[in-house]
Amino acid sequence: MKYESQAVSKPYFIFAIVLFVGQILFGLIIGTQYIIGDFLFPEIPFNVARMVHTNLLIVWLLFGFMGAAYYMIPEEAETELHSPKLAWALFWIFAAAGTLTIIGYLSVPYATLAHITGNDLLPTMGREFLEMPTITKVGVVIVALGFLFNIGMTVLKGRKTVVNLVLLTGLLGLALMFLFSFYNPENIALDKYFWWYVVHLWVEGVWELIMASILAYVLIKVTGVDREIIEKWLYVIIAMALISGILGTGHHFFWIGAPEYWLWLGSIFSAIEPIPFFMMTLFAFNMVNRRRREHPNRAATLWALGCAVMAFLGAGVWGFLHTLAPINYYTHGTQLTAAHGHMAFYGAYVMIVLTIISYAMPIMRGRPNGNSNKAQVTEMWGFWLMTVSMVFITLFLTGAGVLQVWIQRLPESGEALSFMATQDKLVLFYWLRLIAGLFFMAGLVVYVVSFFVGGDEDPQLEKDEAEAAAVAAETA
Amino acid sequence: MAERFTKSMARNMYMGGSLFFILIFVGLTMDTVRQLPERDNRENLTEAVAHGKKLWEDNNCVGCHSLLGEGAYFAPELGNVYLRRGGEAGFKAYFKGWMNAQPLGIPGRRAMPQFNLSDEDLDALADFLEYVSKINTNNWPPNIEG
Repeated sequence: MKYESQAVSKPYFIFAIVLFVGQILFGLIIGTQYIIGDFLFPEIPFNVARMVHTNLLIVWLLFGFMGAAYYMIPEEAETELHSPKLAWALFWIFAAAGTLTIIGYLSVPYATLAHITGNDLLPTMGREFLEMPTITKVGVVIVALGFLFNIGMTVLKGRKTVVNLVLLTGLLGLALMFLFSFYNPENIALDKYFWWYVVHLWVEGVWELIMASILAYVLIKVTGVDREIIEKWLYVIIAMALISGILGTGHHFFWIGAPEYWLWLGSIFSAIEPIPFFMMTLFAFNMVNRRRREHPNRAATLWALGCAVMAFLGAGVWGFLHTLAPINYYTHGTQLTAAHGHMAFYGAYVMIVLTIISYAMPIMRGRPNGNSNKAQVTEMWGFWLMTVSMVFITLFLTGAGVLQVWIQRLPESGEALSFMATQDKLVLFYWLRLIAGLFFMAGLVVYVVSFFVGGDEDPQLEKDEAEAAAVAAETA
Repeated sequence: MAERFTKSMARNMYMGGSLFFILIFVGLTMDTVRQLPERDNRENLTEAVAHGKKLWEDNNCVGCHSLLGEGAYFAPELGNVYLRRGGEAGFKAYFKGWMNAQPLGIPGRRAMPQFNLSDEDLDALADFLEYVSKINTNNWPPNIEG
């Protein structure tokens, strides 16, 4: 760790992982409710458990992004963080607000929560992913402003690298687009249109800037490739992300009342949305192949490569599968959407946060060369168990989705099976998905355990690798 | 990447490309907002419909159901439930009976909570669902089952 203040990212990473465990627990609950419909009813109805599952995901990714920023920005700017105290204060505020919100979800009916938190004054609740009470949303804005001030001041007083500027732009965009969550008109068509300003322009817009900059940073560190080359890739990737992703929002405007030209625009631009993700895969593998050093933290490199591949598969390929309007007409709002959502979020955003944690945590724990071989092997077991499980979750949900389209969507009215009758036919896929989910949880447990595996001794490179590294160092 | 393609060219592609498409997106948003009145059934957006939307949100209906295909996929699509369950002639009666009968208590079946809504509230919620069913959705969903 070059700058002491980078250490403030540690509580952010730890809390992110704690929330991640909670997210998966609730995922297992709703996965079970898909099969045993009245499981835990009425104590934890499906809508509550799902809300906890999705909101925990969003919040822990935000903790991960903030932790990443607090770690990366001082080092890139070559200066201490503007105010570590502010970063600590915001950590406690955000952690308290998040915890209280989850407790609120679980302890009272949602309508009661809406009432006591003043949703009547400024109604923003009850919309997918934006369920948090209005006062929590205000809290998020306050935390975001303090956070952006803190890292913004750090960037301003220090070296301005491309990684820092792109990361800062992504985080600014994240905060800016979140403001649309306060706009909730009585007209549902308008409401839905601008709801996507938050949801799509986050995950298929500004979050990609955050992801690409974290990936670039870790690749600079673990490969030692010239910064100029990495920065050039970074610019092209985010250029393609925004060129495709902004008008790509149109793929959400097909069936919610917006004009027909979105059928064309949304199809064309979202069809090129896989390109930036494909470029990230090329980028990651190219840089690792051209590496000028053997970084002993091989787990971090594995996460970086895995993230690029899985983001391409989940966001790129599985997104493209159902993004063209004539196909989406039949697949919209089926289990295919769930399949895509799971792999895209895991591949792009879960894995990028775990990448930076894998790189930064050992350094912050006084292991500058990474964890011991034993701890790294354990972490890699976690990587493979979670990643392979997610592939299976996606495949089973895809199977469920295809069958659902086949029997519920394609036939004419009168011949099509009803929603509930269709769900009964999908139960085998839901069982398989739940089993894959249990394996995912096992992978997560192994991942968490890897932090406690003795890691004090330095990791050893294989003999031939070490020799190659020495030769490379001599000739460089 | 070839040496001819420099970092500053990449930066210009990013800056220029994103600015260009942000401007187009803003323009198209303005045009969409201008065209929506002919498509979004706003002439029928009564106070009751607005109240119904508020009830829809306050009870987190979207946590299980989808509406115009968006939401959760645990319970049926409700964008066209008005048409599926009786329409003009029978929807309101059906809807009130259904809401008041929850939870059905069938072992193993997906269960819907009892929301304890007043008769007035149920009317408003039904009005909201009727209103949504008349938005021009480019003919989605493909059939009555949603």
